[in-house]
Amino acid sequence: MNDIRQGIVHVIGPEQGATLPGMSIVCGDSHTTTHGALGALAFGIGTSEVEHVLATGCLWQNKAKNMKIEINGDLGIDVTAKDIALYVIGQIGTAGGTGFAIEFCGSAIENMSIEGRMTLCNMSIEAGAKVGLVAVDDKTIDYVEGRPFSPTGEKWQSALDYWQTLHSDSGSHFDESILIDASLIKPQVTWGTSPEMVVDINGSTPDPKDEHDAIKADGIRTALEYIHLKPNTLMSSVLIDKVFIGSCTNSRIEDLRVAASVAKGKKIANNIKLALVVPGSGLVKKQAEKEGLDQIFIDAGFEWREPGCSMCLAMNADKLESGERCASTSNRNFEGRQGQGSFTHLVSPAIAAASAIAGHFSGVN
Amino acid sequence: MKKFTSINSIAMPLDRANIDTDAIIPKQFLKSIKRSGFGPNLFDEWRYLDHGEPGMDNSIRPINPEFVLNNPTYSEAQILLTRRNFGCGSSREHAPWALEDYGFRAIIAPSFADIFYNNCFKNGLLPIVLSSEIVDNLFSYSGRININLEEQTVKTDQDSFEFEVDSERKRRLVNGLDDIGLTLQNENQIRLFETEHFEKYPWL
Repeated sequence: MNDIRQGIVHVIGPEQGATLPGMSIVCGDSHTTTHGALGALAFGIGTSEVEHVLATGCLWQNKAKNMKIEINGDLGIDVTAKDIALYVIGQIGTAGGTGFAIEFCGSAIENMSIEGRMTLCNMSIEAGAKVGLVAVDDKTIDYVEGRPFSPTGEKWQSALDYWQTLHSDSGSHFDESILIDASLIKPQVTWGTSPEMVVDINGSTPDPKDEHDAIKADGIRTALEYIHLKPNTLMSSVLIDKVFIGSCTNSRIEDLRVAASVAKGKKIANNIKLALVVPGSGLVKKQAEKEGLDQIFIDAGFEWREPGCSMCLAMNADKLESGERCASTSNRNFEGRQGQGSFTHLVSPAIAAASAIAGHFSGVN
Repeated sequence: MKKFTSINSIAMPLDRANIDTDAIIPKQFLKSIKRSGFGPNLFDEWRYLDHGEPGMDNSIRPINPEFVLNNPTYSEAQILLTRRNFGCGSSREHAPWALEDYGFRAIIAPSFADIFYNNCFKNGLLPIVLSSEIVDNLFSYSGRININLEEQTVKTDQDSFEFEVDSERKRRLVNGLDDIGLTLQNENQIRLFETEHFEKYPWL
């Protein structure tokens, strides 16, 4: 706990070079998909399978189906990997990826940083996919090189030769392919109790009357009732109580830089009871402090915390009270996720910071 | 692991899609990894009217009479009937532990989340995928249902439906076989693979 390198496993694995391309990685946490950003096959498993791995070094698996999600074009201003993830889940649904391993590709992914790819792969499980990954490219190699557990010398060279083969061949068969135009993606905010219940930050809650599928209409009604919002409510009119910037999805240095750039020189709104910034690891915290980001957050009225999972899942002291509404950069907005009877709205770090300052859901400007 | 061959029971209908693992067993109960004793906290936030914490005496907590689990009609139900994408969310095995500990042996739904589906088989719990139409049909049926894993059938008074299950998973569940024991029968091959793998990828 006192080691500077400690933190959330999905942050420190890549940070330490313990996650390398081509590895098979399992961990007793569903967000293990994160590590796919480095071209690893990584997925979450339950306790029985953890025992099985520890006892035998292997695991019984059925081959997953393949899904290609190709995202081409330039991203709009203030649109981040988190927005892409939420947009994709909004398109294919939380069960859209069930039974699939997803490969993300296309020019928007090629242009995305490794940390952005981690955010995207992290959220694959929220689309139902046990695996989400991105092919190895120069960015992957640059990221991995020189990290504490990365190979060096001769081993580095042989690793490099192998890693450069880790991409799909042109003409590879995919069981399903989805093509997305990056320019259509706007900053996102969830309105309901499932990550697929998502709209543009300028959008409104849906009206169950407009939904023809009876089960879906029921789902919309139940979610709106739980989250205390009426149909056709503009998200930008919804006031928030708390803000959480952190979690294995959005607690890396780039996330904190974006949030700090939005918060710089501003103050959180009077109605915000608490705004937390929680770095994903001791090293992220140290780097942020070196760049002065901590001071920007503190000056703006945020609390600057020790690394960890914090308010993502209500398993520690950082929880919402019943009836409190939170703009959160975490990954699940299920009923009670951040505390019994509380309301979670998933957003990117930029939107979380902008909303903290506005006091309601808001785009950056 | 408990064997599963066949059961005959009424089904408890939980008419909702996308039921997540946080709803099946809230996070505050996940700190224990005892595997047993989670049944009284199954669907805790829907089932009780107060806030549940580990160590509480659940027998004196106020129950939500509206929630189907508290309907005495279903108190002996071993089958849970629900909607698509059941078990989405966490990989924590507490969700199947809680369902099994409560007394469910089988879950029928149009689809399940991958990790949850997998975890069920490790705990003697049978997840059965049937089409949305058949599930609709079962929601309007209140009699006993017979599930036979060997035959891969779900039978009501009037109908018989077949379901798919991976043959190896079925064999293990029918015989109550232990995964680790079975895998270790291949120990030599595993060791050989590991040796070759580390020679081929020396940086690992």
